[in-house]
Amino acid sequence: MVGELLIAVYVFVLAMFIGFEVITKVPTLLHTPLMSGSNAISGISIVGALVIAGRVDSPLGTALGVIAVVLATINVVGGFLVTDRMLSMFKRAPDDGK
Amino acid sequence: MTPQPALEGALRADLIAIAYLIASVLFILGLKFLSSPRTARRGNRLAATGMLIAVLATLLDRNIISFQWIAVGLVIGAIAGASMALAVRMTAMPQMVALLNGFGGAASALVATAEFFRLEMHPDLTVTTDVAVSVMLALLIGAITFSGSIVAFGKLQEVITGRAVTFPFQKTFNALLFLAVLASMVYLVISFEHEWVFLVFVGLALLLGVLLVIPIGGADMPVVISLLNSYSGMAGAAAGFVLRNNALIISGALVGASGIILTQIMCRAMNRSLTNVLFGAFGAQAGAAVAGPVGDRTVRSVQPEDVAVMLAFARSVIIVPGYGLAVAQAQHTVRELASLLEKKGVDVKYAIHPVAGRMPGHMNVLLAEADVPYTQLFEMDQINREFERADVALVVGANDVTNPAARSDPSSPLYGMPILNVDQAKNVVVIKRSMAAGFAGIDNPLYYLERTAMLFGDAKKMLNALVTEVPNV
Repeated sequence: MVGELLIAVYVFVLAMFIGFEVITKVPTLLHTPLMSGSNAISGISIVGALVIAGRVDSPLGTALGVIAVVLATINVVGGFLVTDRMLSMFKRAPDDGK
Repeated sequence: MTPQPALEGALRADLIAIAYLIASVLFILGLKFLSSPRTARRGNRLAATGMLIAVLATLLDRNIISFQWIAVGLVIGAIAGASMALAVRMTAMPQMVALLNGFGGAASALVATAEFFRLEMHPDLTVTTDVAVSVMLALLIGAITFSGSIVAFGKLQEVITGRAVTFPFQKTFNALLFLAVLASMVYLVISFEHEWVFLVFVGLALLLGVLLVIPIGGADMPVVISLLNSYSGMAGAAAGFVLRNNALIISGALVGASGIILTQIMCRAMNRSLTNVLFGAFGAQAGAAVAGPVGDRTVRSVQPEDVAVMLAFARSVIIVPGYGLAVAQAQHTVRELASLLEKKGVDVKYAIHPVAGRMPGHMNVLLAEADVPYTQLFEMDQINREFERADVALVVGANDVTNPAARSDPSSPLYGMPILNVDQAKNVVVIKRSMAAGFAGIDNPLYYLERTAMLFGDAKKMLNALVTEVPNV
């Protein structure tokens, strides 16, 4: 049996490779939305924050969890929304087809 | 008793794991769709859907007993995040991203903190070395990301000086601080107790984040936010190791990779190594004197009317925008001028240098906001061959990225930096306030070329004058 830790390391290394492959194909045109969008993805720590805020083991734990949920939610909601707002501005020539 | 609850628990855990897998796949697809502006928006929505699935699945977790505080946190965060996203100006995007990076880092650090206290308060729980290491790493990276991002935000927002802040023995001090952080970390990993050591560790890590960013000048901020972006991903991945959560590990790794790539691109575009950016304290003295001889060389100063004629009779015009254009809030005016020229049959393109804005790709967003179609935006490598065929290159608010000395003069501090080959155009028009040197304080030989015409004045005023003059030609 391969240890739990080693599996996690496997996942991490392979995901890094996928990341490099996928992201080198993003044109510089979209690098700002890439940053804000990937930023929103890094707000995935919300998943950990939710469990800590909800498990009620100690008041300190809950407090830390709630703050983490707030910050991670700002990260996620703000990141995806602002990326969408930016991407909606990228248009092909609007005068096309006239 | 039936084994029902255990079975149900295992089923739930499997369901959650499957949901995380779906979320991870959606993140990867989302990033993949960002490879074209046509599919990018859909990609972002896919990634957001993935996040929603991950959040909803997490709420099924058996460990979650109370939803009250979760709801409070989600509502506050969603309202704050949405209002920030809707209110932010596109010029302020670097600050926004810096702030969001910081929040992401802080969230990861808080998760690790909560995990430390939980394990520390329950001595019956065994803490394996790898969990201890993961907790401390998530904290260290998260804390550095948080305080570093807040400083970067402050610099970009001009709450604190954009200059490189230096003090005597800075590097020695930072090195000692780093050793202290490392020592407390090793102690905590081995003993995993003593709250005060933990708090000292957190404090030192936060201080380290501040000290790593203050010696970096405002012009180097694109590199710093890219790097912090990468850190926020790494912090998330480390938190994933703490919780043994593959969704966190995968997303963290994706973002970490993205940040590393962007950091490399920015460094290459500025012809600097990452070490030089981080520790070089570039731009400690702002407004250095003009270097190099100005001497007997003369510049040709022209009026808007002359430029209007030149532009209107050109077949092809390449506009070279720099951050000065955004500072003057002249993106819309430049777009207006381009439309007028297009009506006269002029082929208009924009040449975008990688460091034209304050963060990777920033100038593209600023121009897209001004309704410039992205089909007219060209990156450096695509457009550089076309300059020699262009009738006019119109430089607005850009300086160092057009400096031909970077190509030809080994003694120039810019030598080796990739530039836009503006000097190869048949005619060059530079809109510039005065002959003051660029940010790096380096003279630009482009201005003394025979084919270069200088249009002195505020970018917006001069562009407005051109918008008035062009229809009269």
